[in-house]
Amino acid sequence: MDEFVNLKATELRLGLPGTNNVCEERVSCNSNNNKRALQADAENETETSPPRKTQIVGWPPVRSYRKNNVQTKKNESDGESQGIYVKVSMDGAPYLRKIDLSCYKGYSDLLKALELMFEFSVGEYSERDGYKGSDFVPTYEDKDGDWMLIGDVPWEMFECNCKRLRIMKGSEAKCLGSGV
Amino acid sequence: MPEDDEDQSPPSDLRSQPPCSPNKSRNCISSSSSQTFPDHVLENVLENVLQFLDSRCDRNAASLVCKLWWKVEGLTRSEVFIGNCYALSPARLTQRFKRVRSLLLKGKPRFADFNLMPPDWGANIAPWVSTMAKAYPWLEKVDLKRMFVTDDDLALLAESFPGFKELILVCCEGFGTSGIAVVANKCRKLKVLDLIESEVTDDEVDWVSCFPEDVTCLESLAFDCVEAPINFKALEGLVGRSPSLRKLRLNRFVSLEELRRLLLLGAPQLTSLGTGSFSRGDQSDEQGPPDYAAAFRACKSVVCLSGFRELMPEYLPAILPVCANLTSLNFSYANISPDMFKPIIHSCHKLQIFWALDSICDEGLQAVAATCKELRELRIFPFDPREDSEGPVSELGLQAISEGCRKLESLLYFCQRMTNAALIAMSHNCPELTVFRLCIMGRHRPDHVTGKAMDEGFGAIVKNCKKLTRLAVSGLLTDQAFRYMGEYGKLIRTLSVAFAGDSDMALRHVLEGCPRLQKLEIRDSPFGDVALRSGMHRYYNMRFVWMSACSLSMGCCKDVARAMPNLVVEVIGSDDDDENREFVETLYMYRSLDGPRKDAPQFVTIL
Repeated sequence: MDEFVNLKATELRLGLPGTNNVCEERVSCNSNNNKRALQADAENETETSPPRKTQIVGWPPVRSYRKNNVQTKKNESDGESQGIYVKVSMDGAPYLRKIDLSCYKGYSDLLKALELMFEFSVGEYSERDGYKGSDFVPTYEDKDGDWMLIGDVPWEMFECNCKRLRIMKGSEAKCLGSGV
Repeated sequence: MPEDDEDQSPPSDLRSQPPCSPNKSRNCISSSSSQTFPDHVLENVLENVLQFLDSRCDRNAASLVCKLWWKVEGLTRSEVFIGNCYALSPARLTQRFKRVRSLLLKGKPRFADFNLMPPDWGANIAPWVSTMAKAYPWLEKVDLKRMFVTDDDLALLAESFPGFKELILVCCEGFGTSGIAVVANKCRKLKVLDLIESEVTDDEVDWVSCFPEDVTCLESLAFDCVEAPINFKALEGLVGRSPSLRKLRLNRFVSLEELRRLLLLGAPQLTSLGTGSFSRGDQSDEQGPPDYAAAFRACKSVVCLSGFRELMPEYLPAILPVCANLTSLNFSYANISPDMFKPIIHSCHKLQIFWALDSICDEGLQAVAATCKELRELRIFPFDPREDSEGPVSELGLQAISEGCRKLESLLYFCQRMTNAALIAMSHNCPELTVFRLCIMGRHRPDHVTGKAMDEGFGAIVKNCKKLTRLAVSGLLTDQAFRYMGEYGKLIRTLSVAFAGDSDMALRHVLEGCPRLQKLEIRDSPFGDVALRSGMHRYYNMRFVWMSACSLSMGCCKDVARAMPNLVVEVIGSDDDDENREFVETLYMYRSLDGPRKDAPQFVTIL
């Protein structure tokens, strides 16, 4: 047992000598007779570093836009949406769109939405032959940077791996579409 | 720079029924004599006269004279201001006003800016655009604040209004550079494209290249809030073929060198300049450092200067040539120390509007006070916006400003410590104050010299500043402060309260004593049902009331909703206390001519 005691003394730690490395308790906010502020404190606990006073939501009233621009370290972006947002481009279309993949239940849902959005139709999908019957082929870029055909992997895997979508047209599409 | 629009009266003019007037006013020819003067002749005369009325207030008054005036005013009003997009439906707007060319619309309540409301609350522009697309094909201007605007909305806008001239989006979100691209491309008569403090997503679209290739009508282009790189060559081309361009506000992706090139192109016409990043990339200086001051010397007409998003302080003196002409200077994105600041401000004798970070310290404020005798508006933002950070500005800076800048009308001041004495001094020195917003960042913080509450200081402000219309309070405040507000704040239209007051009486003082109160926003204060009920005689005459983290019960809110059918009472979040009484987290209520909205998200309960 003595060995362990000695080890502790020789342990390399960041911190002033004589301090232990237990986090100081957060200073609780001034008491006020309403429980909402305390709730707000609890919500924000993860954002603050210890010994500071707990930060209250929206206080001081400085717009997050201003905070992000001025300070060199970026605050955690406020109001981050829960959705899976990916950009969608279509060859020949003037501008990109952004969609939230979490809004769709599966591939047919997604493809229908894309068809409506960009006014095209996608042809029939088969595992072996890819998309047939249309000049347009829906593809996506996965986390490895590879361009894959939409529909080849299970939906949940697609949701996790998809970085962006591209609706290819013409010859490029044919190569991918015929199943690599 | 964004300023709050103040409306002047409740939207009585937007009632669907014209005022009943059994005794026809002498100004109106009664229908019995309509054989001699057909109504349409009188209407034409009236139209020609009423078209000269510009002010909302005057027009609202005119519309109340009689049925005919109501009708004709509705035909001749070309600019409509709607302070709360949910106060009426788009259909009502188009029914009442037939020839609108300009719409100013405000959406979300201000506290939404501080994340006190979940996202997707509403304020969608979509129904307005689609309704106006059919009713006002000649629409020229849309000015939105805190609205949710999508790319599709912008596309519809660009397609529906061939004469569209001005798009101003302040504190908006929901769209990206794709939407901007469509507007740039399709609105051939576009004069103004101002994106101010809005969240614009980067869709990786080169929107600057989307402007038509021939000479443009552009007079104002502000994109300082767009967090996306731009095609500089395209921007150069655009500035080169925009002979009417007077206002240009660049984003932080435009470097100092690029700014210099733009100024060489178009500097002499510019009256307002947003300088972009004001920093250089890594470039070798073969011929020595470039002469940025020369570029600014060419800016003979610039009176409004902003930007400095990533300021390299050693280049700041380049702006010296324009300082003597400046009436407006915005340093609020630049961490400038007093030593850097003083030589600059020393030349700004004409300055009327000044925004900065507190990094200039009390010392910097003293320099402002010494030089800027014409100052009307001052805004000091915190570099480190936390409750317990170091406070570089204090009552000393405020005292200096009050002594040096006697014409001050509008103040926004963030600090860590303050005294009653400084506020009392300001109340005497600056009688022109109409807007006083003080944010002592530590909650419940008293006068740091005397240890007393800040009641007397704020009391002096409401008492002595007789023109005060907007007030935001902070620090340790008892009911006494609110007693003062109720007694003296007779012109107050907007009041913001946070972490203040002791009891319901505080809010009662305000609701019973401030007859002009229009906008009330309160958070984290101990005001409950008694206070809420005490204001029921006021709520129809107000634009909105926001109360979050107070002590309101669901039962009371329901009572208010039941008693006031034209009030929309929205509740966001509620909780049961120990005695199983349901308490309301956030109450947002507003008058509405068309009942509760149909686009409320799940987290909103409309009582």
